[in-house]
This record gives sequence, structure tokens and C-alpha cells, in this order.
Amino acid sequence: MPDFVSLPDAISATVRDGHTVALEGFTHLIPFAAGHEIIRQGRRDLTLIRMTPDLLYDQMIGAGCARRVVFSWGGNPGVGSLHRFRDAVENGWPHPIEIEEHSHAAMANAWAAGAAGLPFAAFRGYMGSSLPAVNPRIASVTCPFTGEELAAIPAHRPDVGIIHAQRADRDGNVLIEGIVGVQKEAALAAGMAVVTVEEVVDDLAAPSMNSTVLPGWAVDKIVVAPGGSWPSYTHGYSHRDNAYYKAWDEIARDRDRFLQWLAENVMAAS
Amino acid sequence: MNDYTPTEMMTISASRALSNDDVCFVGIGAPSAACNLARLTHAPDLTLIYESGTVGARPDVLPLSIGDGELAETSLTTVAVPEIFQYWLQGGRITVGFLGGAEMDRYGNLNTTVIGPYDSPRVRLPGGGGAPEIASSCGRVFITMRHSTRGMVDKVDFVTSLGFGPTGAERAALGITTRGPALVITDLCLLEPEPVTNELIVTSLHPGVDRGQVADATGWDVRFASDLGETEPPTELELGTLRDLQRRTDEAHSEVRRDGV
Repeated sequence: MPDFVSLPDAISATVRDGHTVALEGFTHLIPFAAGHEIIRQGRRDLTLIRMTPDLLYDQMIGAGCARRVVFSWGGNPGVGSLHRFRDAVENGWPHPIEIEEHSHAAMANAWAAGAAGLPFAAFRGYMGSSLPAVNPRIASVTCPFTGEELAAIPAHRPDVGIIHAQRADRDGNVLIEGIVGVQKEAALAAGMAVVTVEEVVDDLAAPSMNSTVLPGWAVDKIVVAPGGSWPSYTHGYSHRDNAYYKAWDEIARDRDRFLQWLAENVMAAS
Repeated sequence: MNDYTPTEMMTISASRALSNDDVCFVGIGAPSAACNLARLTHAPDLTLIYESGTVGARPDVLPLSIGDGELAETSLTTVAVPEIFQYWLQGGRITVGFLGGAEMDRYGNLNTTVIGPYDSPRVRLPGGGGAPEIASSCGRVFITMRHSTRGMVDKVDFVTSLGFGPTGAERAALGITTRGPALVITDLCLLEPEPVTNELIVTSLHPGVDRGQVADATGWDVRFASDLGETEPPTELELGTLRDLQRRTDEAHSEVRRDGV
């Protein structure tokens, strides 16, 4: 059974400087509150894995948490650029970062391989793309049965996997609904799994025996963090704040404006 | 019906390329508008799949992101992201992939990664997302982008997603059996690959557009088909449906959902 703890305790017990950390959620269920706690605790030199860095990694990169970012699509969905991410890559601010760039198919396969305990993922991909030429962690493998050449990339095995979800019951079983993304894979592939939830309930009330449920014994820490996915969303509890995603473009464009936002909205909050 | 914008003409002509039987992997932005317009007009049974795992989505407003709740709520089923890429895309079950790009060359190779050198880019673009495998695994690929010399370039700085390859021959040489770019829809014209060379040539000009305009907006020495056609202008139904969709979308996305923002 997982520990039910506060957000500061969950982060301080799991995330160390230099760790590889994944805060996943495919547009939906992005664990913003947990990411902000990592910023407040001043963690540095993290390798951050996420398919879509989104606003959360823009904020963590701008706050100086990241040494390396592993990703497949680094934009503000429907809006444009992630300006803090771009400023780090193009100008080295607040410090240079390394990037390890993949496609979504590759990242999804690396998560599935990580959850399955495999060392690497094989899939049909990257054909004719320039990405293998700039990312040494994209290789190829030959099928021993058909001779087909397939793309191969290392499995994701982060030290800590952090996701947001709808709810947990008192035994720590977690229900994930809607766009489930790679939530299950990110939790299972990680050394330690931290789940923030909207609420803890007596009865999980999973609507079907096929519902996506992460058993409590596969989770390490559970944190009650209502609204913890905002401005992303939690299906059934909140809506994606598309207006905020648009507003972020202006906040993140300017370093001083970003630093002011960080001081007022993350460092001063708890 | 002369009162329409070039962007509306682009979206409407893109929507016409989709048929009722297609299973379409949809990118966000212009492709999403075109696909939903098709579904709301001539192709009501068109299956839309978004990379967030939503299969058979029927959104009432266009999503801002591929993971908007609207897509899951209106989908036939919503599956995990590894499943969408492994079983449905890689499994060869998608007939059309709809892509956009920052840069495209005459062989339909797309760059959404960097402008300038990869290690010291002038502009760091978002990256590939689902596109590299959409480009190779879907039966056909449709590409929609604004027509300008910035976008339609002689040589892409980076091949994020393969079209026919740098010389038009590489796709076949790699043993890829899907067709690749079958149609490019811009705000000026339609381009299709020429048999044998695979070079994209202009096959239809939108109403009021002349060859010179297209040539000026293309970064390579663009060629025109011998039987060059003219695109049908938007019908009232197409234009009215598109504008209703855009209005619903704009209203939905400007709502502020939480106090203090």
C-alpha cells in the first residue's frame, strides 16, 4: 500500500538532484502542482522526460531545474512556441540544456518497454527522418525471423514517475479516466511512482472492470492535490483552461515577466 | 459566393479530399478544421483519430490541443497512447494522415524541427510529435500549409517527416509501401506528385489565383500540370458550416475557466 503524504513530503522523499524524472499526462492530467513543488524545493540537474514538455516543463526549464530534456513535441498546443524551452535551447538561458529528441511513436514505445521491464523498444519508425542522425540513442535492430530492420530506442526507466489522476481509494488504488495517455506506463516504468489525485474516496467506483486502474501496490506515494493538474485538466473534475494556455505565450516570452510570474505564482505559493 | 478568404478556401479544399470511408489521423490546427468540416458536410461517417488516443472523435468545437476533453467525450473509444501508435497507426489501419509543416520541399519532405543547424538552431520548432510515423504508416498523406517562400523551400533544413525523400526516390528505396504525399493543399492551389519523378506539381489553382502568384510564393522552380484545373469555389454549405464551427470554437476557447487568470 502506498504512503498517503503531503505534496512537499512526497517530492522531498523521492526527487533528488541529478535524478531522471518524468511528469507525464498527454495534455490531460499533467501534474502541475507536483512540478511546482519540485521548483520550490530547488531541485537541479534533472533529466526531465515528457512526450510533450508543455507549459509545465517550460516552467521547470525556466526555473533552472533541468539539465536534459527527453521529448517528442515541444510546443504550446494550438498556440505556438514554448518560449522558456526555446530560450534555453537557442540562447542557453538560464543555463544550457541538452535535448534528446524523439517522435511520439518512439516515446510511447519506450514507455511501454519501460513498463514491461525491457531494456529497449523496437518499432517501425523514423524511416527517412533526420532524427536518427542527431540522436545517438536512436538505433536499429534486425528482426531475427523476417530480417526486417526496425528502429530501436532505450526503454524509459526514470528514477521517479509522477502523474495526476482522478481519485484513489483508501487502499491507494488509483482510477485514471479519459485520455489515459501514458499514465500507467510512466508509473510502472519508474523506480518510484508518485500519484497526485483530486480526492480520496471510500469506493473507487470504477465504471467498468476494464477501467484503467493502477493497483495500490504498484504506487509508492499518493498525494491529495485537488486542482493539481490546472491549467491542464482532470476529466470529470475540471476543464482544460485553454485561455490560460493562450495567456502563457505572453508570460513566457519575456524573461523578466516569467521570473515575476515564477516568484508570485510558484515560489510564494504552497 | 465570392466572399471568402484564402484560408477558408484552403480548409474547404482540404476537406473535399476526404471520403466517408477514410480513417484519418488528424494533426492539430488546419488539418483538424478540414477533417471536421468534411465530417459535418459530405463525409458524415469519416473516422477521425487523434494521437491522444481518441478513436472516432466527433467534436462539436475544434480542439485547441489534441488532448482536449471534447475529443474523449465524443469518441467511440479512447485508448492509451502506446496503443494508438502500436496497434492503429503502425498496424496499418489508418488510410489518411493529415499533416502540416513549417517547411516543405518539392518532394513533400517536411521540417517541423529546426531552422538552421540542429546544434545551434536559428529557430527551434516544436519537433516531430506523431508526424514521422504518420508520414510512413498511413496509406496516404495529405499536407496543408500556407503558400510562401518561407514555407515552400528548395531544400528543408531537416527532414522531420519523410515525403518522397531528398531526390524523390528515397521513399521507394527504403521499401516503404504506403503512398506518401498524395495531395498538398495551400491557400493558393493544389499540388500532387508527378508520376515517376514524385515532384509536386500544381494541378489546380484556386479561383482568382494565377500562375505567377504561385511561382512567386514557391521557393523552387515550381511546375504546372499540362491539364491544370481550377478549384471549385466554396459552396454556401461548406462556407456556412466552416464559419459556424470556427465561431463555436472561438467562443469555447476564450472562456476563462478559473478566477484570477
